[in-house]
Parts: sequence; structure tokens; C-alpha cells
Amino acid sequence: MTGKSRDNFNPNYLNYVKTQDPPTQHFKNCAAAFGVGGLICCIGQFIRYMLEYAGLSGDELAGATSVILIFLGCFLTGLGVYDRIGRYAGAGSIVPITGFANSVTSPAIEFKTEGWIYGMAAKMFTVAGAIIVFGVFSGVLVGLVYLFV
Amino acid sequence: MKKGNTVFFKNAPRISSFAAVCGSKESEGVLGTFADIALQDDMYGESTFEKAECKMLSTAIALAIEKGGFTEKDIDVLLSGDLLNQIISASFAARDFNFPFLGVYSACSTMSESILLGAMLVNAGYCKKAVAATGSHFASAERQYRYPLELGCTRPPQAQWTVTGAGGCVISDKKEGVKIVNGTMGKVCDFGVTDVNNMGAAMAPAVAIITP
Repeated sequence: MTGKSRDNFNPNYLNYVKTQDPPTQHFKNCAAAFGVGGLICCIGQFIRYMLEYAGLSGDELAGATSVILIFLGCFLTGLGVYDRIGRYAGAGSIVPITGFANSVTSPAIEFKTEGWIYGMAAKMFTVAGAIIVFGVFSGVLVGLVYLFV
Repeated sequence: MKKGNTVFFKNAPRISSFAAVCGSKESEGVLGTFADIALQDDMYGESTFEKAECKMLSTAIALAIEKGGFTEKDIDVLLSGDLLNQIISASFAARDFNFPFLGVYSACSTMSESILLGAMLVNAGYCKKAVAATGSHFASAERQYRYPLELGCTRPPQAQWTVTGAGGCVISDKKEGVKIVNGTMGKVCDFGVTDVNNMGAAMAPAVAIITP
């Protein structure tokens, strides 16, 4: 039973709490997200150009670029840098593929103290699990639509 | 004597001694100067945050007993709890001592509930000296209730932090120290706040609504 289905749910109090919360600085947050997110994409594009220059093409090129970005995301999470970037950039560092890497690596680091198998391996997908489930699920749906239409 | 939800202690149990251990962030705040031990390292020399929390609690209890000039033999009971599952920090901290332990789970009001119960026990004469103590750790609470520390998510401006620290006090029938005159047993008040980052707003009505 959640608070909202109860008789004691008090909309006046919730509105009062909302007025007391310090306001979110939307413009500043959007600008930071745009800047950092754009920078991550520029780095990705730079890596892509470099790999293309090295002779990769097509799927190989896209795959290699993603792998390098995922590695960088994991590496910076391990160094404790990515959460600082995330605190500043918000969606700018969550939406790119590096954010996904961060969401898998961070619980892995956090739960390592509970053991390698029951801690790290089992809890690794606590944050990213939902993304994977709905990603695969929507992939199947789109595939079915593509098959029949 | 009881009036409404408030109990009055006629034998006046007193807080004879107390001790506090706090983390590095807390020691920079206004209450930092009152802590007996301010940690420089939030791990407290342990391998996990949970062990650090347990060690802080154990240290606070031992220090509170020592500061009051008591020994372990004088203490009749320990009332303690924490924020983790199965109040595990308090249970493991109690392992370090040779007196009985009563676990209290009351989330953020664990300390006040422990003092209330301790004062009741001492007032009624069931024990002469009771220790009330609690502890919490930002990193272990964050892991249990919210997201991993390394996850790059933004904290909303109204977000509150769980204290890294532990505190304990000895409630005794001695005639010195802070007198505990009465205590109010709280009700659970749920106004429907669902924001995990704003637990203060969820808890505030319980304080405001209480009828004496």
C-alpha cells in the first residue's frame, strides 16, 4: 500500500514541501548537459575518424568506436572521475554509451566488498538491468513489426 | 505516569555520560567540535563501509561508558540500532561487549527511541545503567537505499545526506547529569512523500502532529 492510496495522503502538505524545495536550475543544468554530452559525442566522433583513417569501415568501425567509449566510461568510473562529471553534467553524461558503462561498472565496484560472485557478479546489473530488459524487449517488438509490415 | 502518548519519569533517570564519533564531512560542520573523535578516513581503517559503521558504533559505546567512569560490569543493557538490514551494525557492535543487547529498529528516530526505552527501564528499576546508542554511515546507507556512489547521477538540490557517525549515552540512576523528565512515543505519520532524496519532508509531520 503506497502513501497515495491512503486516507492520510495530504496534497496540501506535498504542495507545501514543493514550495520549500530549492528550485532546480533548469537553464544551467541544460547548458552543462549540452556541453558535456556534446563533448563526449565529439570525442566519439574523433575516435571514429581516427579509426576510419586507420582503415576500419562499416560495422567494424561502429563497433570499435563503441568499445573504446565503453572502456573509457568504465575506466573513468574506476578512477572515481565519472561520478563527478555526472554530478555536474546530469543527462549529458548519462545518455551517451559511456553513461551505460558507468551504470554497470558502479554497482560492480560498490558490491565488490560482498564477494566476487554473490556481490560483484550478481549485483552488477542492479541499475542497468532495467535498461537491458526494456532494450531487448523493445528490440523484439520492433523486429516483429519489421517482419510483418 | 502516562498522559496521552507522553510518559513522565518520576524517578528521574539521567544521562550520565555520552560520546560521539563523526565522519570527516560532519566534523567540518557546526556540530563537529562536539564530537569526541572526528574521522579523517571514512573507512575507519576497515575494508568495508559497513565494518566502519560497526566500529564507529562500538567505539562510541565504549567511549561513553569510559567517560562516565563506568566499567562494562556496571552496564545492565545496551539498546541500539542502525539503518542497515537486520540492524547488523548494532548487532555486531554488541558482540564487543559483555552485557545484554536489545535491538531497536526505528530508522532515523532510533536514538530517541533507545533513550526513551532506556529511561523507562531505569525509571522502573529494572536496570541501573542502560546504554542507548546508534550509528549510521553515508556510504552504507546510500548503497542500501539509493544508488551506488560511483554512479554518475545528479542529486536534486533538496537532497539530504545520511550522517556518517555514531553516538552513545549512558542512562543511569545516579544523581548527576542531564535529567530525562518525560518522553513521547511517536506515531507513524505518512502524508504521501515518496521522494527518496527528501526523507526530512517525509518525517517532519510525525514531529508536528504529535498530541502531547
